[in-house]
Amino acid sequence: MFDTLTERLGTVFDGLTRRGALSEADVTAALREVRVALLEADVALPVVRDLVAAVQEHAVGQEVLKSVTPGQTVIKIVHDHLVEALGSEAVEIDLNASTPVPMMVVGLQGSGKTTTTAKLAKQLVEKQGKKVLMASLDVRRPAAQEQLRVLGDQTLIPTLDIKLGEAPVDIARRAMDRGRREGYDVVLLDTAGRLAVDEEMMNEAVAIRDAVKPHETLLVADAMTGQDAVNTGHAFNEKVGLTGIVLTRIDGDARGGAALSMRAVTGCPIKLLGTGEKLDALETFHPDRVVGRILGMGDVVGLVERAQDVVEEEKARKVAAKLQKGEFDLEDMADQLRQVKKMGGLGGIMSMLPGVGKMQKQMAQHSIDDGMIRRQEAIILSMTPGERHRPALIKASRKRRIAAGSGTSVQEINKLLKQFQQMQTMMKKMKKMGGKMPPMGGGMPGGGLPPGALPPGFGR
Amino acid sequence: MSDKPRGWLGRLRAGLGKSSNRLTDGIGGIFSERKLDATTLGDLEDLLITADLGVETAARLTEQISNRRFATDVPETEVRAALATDIAAILEPVAQSLDAMSQPAAGPQVILVVGVNGSGKTTTIGKLAQRLHEQGKSVVLAAGDTFRAAAIDQLRLWGERTGTTVIAQDIGTDPAAVAFDALEYARAEHADVLLIDTAGRLHNKADLMAELEKVIRVLRKIDTNVPHEILLVLDATIGQNAHTQVETFKDLVDVSGLVVTKLDGSARGGVIVALADRFGLPIYAIGVGEGADDLRPFTAQDFAESLLGLSN
Repeated sequence: MFDTLTERLGTVFDGLTRRGALSEADVTAALREVRVALLEADVALPVVRDLVAAVQEHAVGQEVLKSVTPGQTVIKIVHDHLVEALGSEAVEIDLNASTPVPMMVVGLQGSGKTTTTAKLAKQLVEKQGKKVLMASLDVRRPAAQEQLRVLGDQTLIPTLDIKLGEAPVDIARRAMDRGRREGYDVVLLDTAGRLAVDEEMMNEAVAIRDAVKPHETLLVADAMTGQDAVNTGHAFNEKVGLTGIVLTRIDGDARGGAALSMRAVTGCPIKLLGTGEKLDALETFHPDRVVGRILGMGDVVGLVERAQDVVEEEKARKVAAKLQKGEFDLEDMADQLRQVKKMGGLGGIMSMLPGVGKMQKQMAQHSIDDGMIRRQEAIILSMTPGERHRPALIKASRKRRIAAGSGTSVQEINKLLKQFQQMQTMMKKMKKMGGKMPPMGGGMPGGGLPPGALPPGFGR
Repeated sequence: MSDKPRGWLGRLRAGLGKSSNRLTDGIGGIFSERKLDATTLGDLEDLLITADLGVETAARLTEQISNRRFATDVPETEVRAALATDIAAILEPVAQSLDAMSQPAAGPQVILVVGVNGSGKTTTIGKLAQRLHEQGKSVVLAAGDTFRAAAIDQLRLWGERTGTTVIAQDIGTDPAAVAFDALEYARAEHADVLLIDTAGRLHNKADLMAELEKVIRVLRKIDTNVPHEILLVLDATIGQNAHTQVETFKDLVDVSGLVVTKLDGSARGGVIVALADRFGLPIYAIGVGEGADDLRPFTAQDFAESLLGLSN
């Protein structure tokens, strides 16, 4: 349902030719789309407003770089602003205090506090060689303390023994006592999940904070959070005081605008990303990556760079010329397969593309994967140059020979030939429609791959 | 709404009130100061957006309001009421009671509960069990979340609280096996309802979604008509990703209804409006608190009014 920003901007700038500088009208039109893209990514409205205003001011009059469209220029400016807003540098968990260093993990219910606590503990133990004690102060949710204990058992990280009926503040004090007595480096306190508006629970967090004076207070927030992210971030920061944010479930397909909202409203750095259910799925935060998601453009910047590295200008031009004349043959198809491989395989490309969740699923269903690309290349390599140039030559006995040579089956060869035919038909159609093929390796149309770099059968 | 209507409405309003304050303040701010012109309408649209209604729905609702051709000096309450009516009209068809869920002709009613991690599945099941138990029904719970540490214990605790049998196996067991055993047990014991918990899963994890499909496939080996309902539990704090969540779960496991949780927080859950408009899936209940009795029927008009601060 969400169009990518690049697609949106594509339509805005349709019909505009490249010119020297961005006019106010260009920028306004583009920013209308940027605003929608940010809102669809759940960036909070006040944050969107500020951003759009800042970009507006910055973008008007900017030179449109050669070989880039005005839309791409605006995106670049927006992109850079977002990276800056998110804090361009990664900020580590701060352990620079006298031991045991108390750390408190707070957040809404279901945001992933307990899992994050265990992940963080595991990271501190394994990567930094720290001695870590975990304690759950969640006496409200049934089995919450038990949950942390089980995670502790899994990771072999000690947890504070559970005493039924003990108040959260007392648990926190007891954890610190044990931490001091037994020489722990870090004591991680997992607090009860709460809704930001719950005064009672908020007061409890404040009491815990006052009792243990945490060196780090991390707000765990779900990357799927909607407009409420600003309220949550604000409430926790104002009442409890935060030192950092952990964004969980970044492995989902939410665009993660909450990152921007929370960062903007708390001023706290985003320190960690929860990237999966496994207990080592905790990563340092990379602003660029999240910005790409928020804008709905994947890591297109990286993809363009990679495409430019791989696709040699000269070759690309030749292929383009061939395409236009309808002379595209199996040799060229093999070339493209190789390019896909060089760009990190399908997985590598897909992970950088916007909105591909569904497509990946479809691809999996049709067992389209890197193995298939390898096999297809092998098939083409098992053909004679004549066959590659004139696929019509390939009849039953040749198919059997090629199948034997490439270690595949006749069916797979038929499939490849059919794909090739489809590509040719499509190209002829495009030629008829007068559609011009943009030069490859240069301008990126609509956030996609250069058309030539798409593996066979993927063209629409 | 037989029991304590005032009590729960009050709670819903208290919960929603927290969330609608800002929205209402905003609308108040707009209309007390200015006339209903293009700028005002733009601000109104923005306010709907901050309630998570989404850009599209917000734009459409605003357009409807502008088409009503209010006088420029219209009082703000009138505009709010009109907006609430429009929103309620969208929600009306999806507001269903729990009793409206499909019932089998014979044997236990089987309800499979799915959703992403942390949306509140297990808690919702506990609350459902409590409610059904109070209605005098015999309930069996299946601890199908065999992944999350202590999820089984959590369900057991709910089982103790509500006096229901919990069918559980060890962590790491195939959830389909747990569901299968639970259905056999529920049939043998002539239970009225079987509630099956599942592990939280992000909708873009193909393997986990396949596991869910397997649970259903295996259940259908016993009875091709089960599950009678597949409930997707949605967290109201989630923004526009709710769209892809519903879409994917609906595509893959044919979700038949929604339960929206955490509506007692400061998030307004406005995305429900957009979801109702787009998918038309019944909303069977909402969660407005952590207590066992905090599962409530979803009422379109109340929700719309609370969203716009028109209660009382």
